[in-house]
Amino acid sequence: MLILTCPCCGVTSEETEFHAGGEAHLTRFGPESSDAEFEGYLFMRENPKGVHFERWRHVYGCGKWFHAARCTTTLEIFGTYTAQTTEPPQEIRDIIARKRPGWSWRAFS
Amino acid sequence: MSTRLATGGRLIDKGKAVTFTFNGSKMRGFAGDTLASALLANDQMLVGRSFKYHRPRGIVASGVEEPNALVNLGTEGTFEPNQRATTTELFDGLTAASQNHWPSLEFDVGAVNAKLSRFMPAGFYYKMFIHPRPLWKHVYEPFIRQAAGLGKAPKGRDDDTYEHFYAFCDVLVIGGGIAGLTAAKAAAASGANVVVLEQTAHWGGRSLVDGGTVDAKPVDKVVEQMVSELSDMPNVTMRTRTMGAGVYDHGYVLGYERLSDHAPHSTSGPRHRLWRIRAGHVITATGALERPLSFAGNDIPGVMLASAVRDYVSNYGVSVGDRTVVVTNNDDAYRTAIALKTAGLTVPVVLDARVTPIDSPLMSEAKAAGIKVLMGHGISKVLGGKRVTGVAVCSQAGEGAVLEEIACDAVAMSGGWSPVVHLWSHCGGKLLWDTDFAMFRPDVDKAPIGADGRAFVSPAGAANGHFGLSDIIGDAHAVGAQAATALGHDAPTSAAPEADSVDEAPMAAVWLMPQGAGKTLRAKAWLDYQNDVKVSDVQLAAQEGFESVEHAKRYTTLGMATDQGKLSNINGLAILSDALNQPIPQTGTTTFRPPYTPISMGAIAGEARAEVFQPIRRTPLHDWHDANGADWEPVGAWRRPYAYVRDGETVHDAVMRETKNVRENLGLLDASTLGKIIVKGSDAGRFLDMLYTNMMSTLKPGKCRYGLMCSENGFLIDDGVVARIDEDTWLCHTTTGGAESIHQHMEEWLQTEWWNWQVYVANVTEQYAQIAVVGPNARKALEALGGMDVSKEALGFMEWADGSLGGFDVRAYRISFSGELSYEIAVRASEGQAFWDALMAVGASLGVMPYGTETLHILRAEKGFIMIGDETDGTVIPQDLGLHWALSKKKTDYLGKRAHTRSHMADPERWALVGLETVDGSVLPDGAYAVADGENANGQRNVQGRVTSSYHSPNLGKGIAMGLVLHGPDRMGEIVEFPGTDGTVYKAKIVNPVFFDPEGEKQNV
Repeated sequence: MLILTCPCCGVTSEETEFHAGGEAHLTRFGPESSDAEFEGYLFMRENPKGVHFERWRHVYGCGKWFHAARCTTTLEIFGTYTAQTTEPPQEIRDIIARKRPGWSWRAFS
Repeated sequence: MSTRLATGGRLIDKGKAVTFTFNGSKMRGFAGDTLASALLANDQMLVGRSFKYHRPRGIVASGVEEPNALVNLGTEGTFEPNQRATTTELFDGLTAASQNHWPSLEFDVGAVNAKLSRFMPAGFYYKMFIHPRPLWKHVYEPFIRQAAGLGKAPKGRDDDTYEHFYAFCDVLVIGGGIAGLTAAKAAAASGANVVVLEQTAHWGGRSLVDGGTVDAKPVDKVVEQMVSELSDMPNVTMRTRTMGAGVYDHGYVLGYERLSDHAPHSTSGPRHRLWRIRAGHVITATGALERPLSFAGNDIPGVMLASAVRDYVSNYGVSVGDRTVVVTNNDDAYRTAIALKTAGLTVPVVLDARVTPIDSPLMSEAKAAGIKVLMGHGISKVLGGKRVTGVAVCSQAGEGAVLEEIACDAVAMSGGWSPVVHLWSHCGGKLLWDTDFAMFRPDVDKAPIGADGRAFVSPAGAANGHFGLSDIIGDAHAVGAQAATALGHDAPTSAAPEADSVDEAPMAAVWLMPQGAGKTLRAKAWLDYQNDVKVSDVQLAAQEGFESVEHAKRYTTLGMATDQGKLSNINGLAILSDALNQPIPQTGTTTFRPPYTPISMGAIAGEARAEVFQPIRRTPLHDWHDANGADWEPVGAWRRPYAYVRDGETVHDAVMRETKNVRENLGLLDASTLGKIIVKGSDAGRFLDMLYTNMMSTLKPGKCRYGLMCSENGFLIDDGVVARIDEDTWLCHTTTGGAESIHQHMEEWLQTEWWNWQVYVANVTEQYAQIAVVGPNARKALEALGGMDVSKEALGFMEWADGSLGGFDVRAYRISFSGELSYEIAVRASEGQAFWDALMAVGASLGVMPYGTETLHILRAEKGFIMIGDETDGTVIPQDLGLHWALSKKKTDYLGKRAHTRSHMADPERWALVGLETVDGSVLPDGAYAVADGENANGQRNVQGRVTSSYHSPNLGKGIAMGLVLHGPDRMGEIVEFPGTDGTVYKAKIVNPVFFDPEGEKQNV
């Protein structure tokens, strides 16, 4: 059972207080998009062994969505940050680059 | 025979006799006994029958690893199957019964399987019962089910109570042996908050039996002193009878405390307590388990682990036999031989499979005590049936030719020791193969990782592959100190205590005895006692291609069931590796999964049982419903009245009466459970335009509009009436089940996609009691209450207004889910009951009746209104339901719009909503499929539609239904067939889904 820190209210708590929401930083494709774009948006997800960016909601706390950068193999949490961004903040990327030299994840590495 | 000795027994109190029963026989033991030691003291060597072949089985071990001595404990409300006799502390009045035999333990019919064992090798059931196919369901499966399973499931409710307990600490030490205590002391001395868990009732573990000195003091005195010092420290919490059950992510650990199992009648409070611990660092000081040796007849009662034989003598003053042959591949078993000799018992011979150049100190000590030692020898086979009568001695190097037979009544075997790496492994700790000790040990460089990226588990002592008192204490002290300093505490000032050490000769890996044992011997050499897996079975699995250790496990059942292979796994995978001609580390281990030993379902449930299991949501009118005949229906966590049943009525009668009355007079429905979500802000209209398929921003204040919501992939998720309250405020009604999920759906889009939009949403469902006043007399009832103008002119259809009725502040919505003249009146939740009472009073002369959810359903079905969850199931889109009118063409975007243009969504072959009317007026079975000609690729009948809702309509006097049918709207009047599960084929005509008042005249008055 993971421990996460909600960047909105600052509470560090057990996983049961949160709810996972899948991959972070998806781009929404609307009515003008092609079939391939829309399919990618709806269904295609990263499944990395290692660094991953995820959406979480502090569902039994402040209710806010946030993002977590996490290692799927060791379960290390590199950091949590606001959901109101389209890409991971530089400080999170710096932490990951330091701890996992050579990592890459979509366009953010 | 096994018996109680006149002397010895560290853990028992001979001044306190205890009586208990086993299979109905009254027996005697002492306080401090385990059930196993007491059974042995009463010469009860035979304790159960094996799972597959029903072979007689005796006690093998003295602790949690016991595979055989599983008993049913207690009766009725305290009955529990599969309890290990070796970990069951004896108490006065304990009742135990052996398992897995019929008609009796001594004479078991199932033992015929043993005679057939040659024909029942690994995979027997898979191979035997696969053909012919049709026999499986009615012949094979019932037979196998009857024969399968260990123990019996309890029948009644559990009389005991259980609880959960949350704990937080810096350092958690699992295991209260010498290593655990030493580590705890080192960590505690540095100021860390320490919790120590010990699964047995005693501190000190094996060190008390094995002896030795620490800082020149006997180890038992040292343990006593350490326990007393630790107990006095304010930063240390100590618990016996508490097992570390599992280690999980980020330092989460489950502890399983057995509070009253040892004295169920003399203590109050919960029976078990589940500790939910979050630790900064976890030290697994879980010791090691001795392995059996694989020789023919190693499962005959009287063959026991050497350490267990020593435990019974030393801890309980119980002799397993007068004459005990010791067989070993390591020095430790000599301690057993010496202990037996010291207790005045006979050890005819020590059979040592090794050939060593010089005698180790323990060998010399044994020989000096007059014990005969045969090096390079082993057991060809054990003699005896229900108990050991002797052993046939052979050379370990050969194929088992018998050199001599030695009479004995017990065999103490030792195949070496395996560190208990379970808890280390639960959360990803990796293992190393140690060739010298032929064992897996923790690879401390590959530890489980915590949230901060650092190792959070450290093994200590024997669990870390250290044997010998000196090594164990040195390792444990260092690990304890490291754990505390890693968490920021100062290093302890004291050094590790100095312990004596005994030089032991190297052990030799012996996986089969004798090493060249032929087929007959291998087929009697047991690896897994509990699941009846022999050396020959694992070899067969390898031969048949089950090369992965996980596959071999599942094919042979090696290492399954309650003991999870604590004794058998290493021996089994060594045999598998040998059969595959590969080194053991390449074969690897099966996955270690929590819990370490089985824990009670009660402990897992804790307080969550009966009414506490899931809280029930009650509307403000709940008590009134309950007092007025409500037949309750669960709707999510809510309870809603299905119908109000009067004396002499069936539930169906009540539904028919209520349904007619709403159309003829006046009905009241408690609609408080419907979701009510306020959406407010300067971008609220824009936001609702994205969420609903139709336009909400153009709704005028004071008006209502029915809306649909789709998920981003186009499926219908909710519907309801939206009311615009003022310029920047809307109130969205959702379905009863959808209130929370739609609120969260809104929050998700607001927070993660349109976070710069100025919108605030609040779920105000429980702030209001909402009552639907429905029927031709609805307006008369409200006018009788007096107050606001509810006339057609003042409050038209699909309008709402704030006002007052009968002195209550109300918000009145003129909306209808029944096709009748209908108002939904919302009042403060606290005034709900008073307002309902007022309506019932004025309604008395207007034919008022409360109505329940089934009447609500029938009324809406008569009108062809869809119901989320009936007409929709997560695969249905608005177009399927003929709701094209609710899909805005003006809006450039809304959730689901893009998805509706995907090829399958736009497919004209999608089943579409129609009404269905049986030709004979009967009621179609809900969920029935309309069949079409021919069969599909799987040989199943083709289908062309299904029933989504079906009722008897008392207003129409016939069965009515809705369904989704291929090209349905183009096939009006056609008859389709619906085979029911009752064998009847129902014929129904495709009709318009609006069965009642298609012009809507009744609601527009």
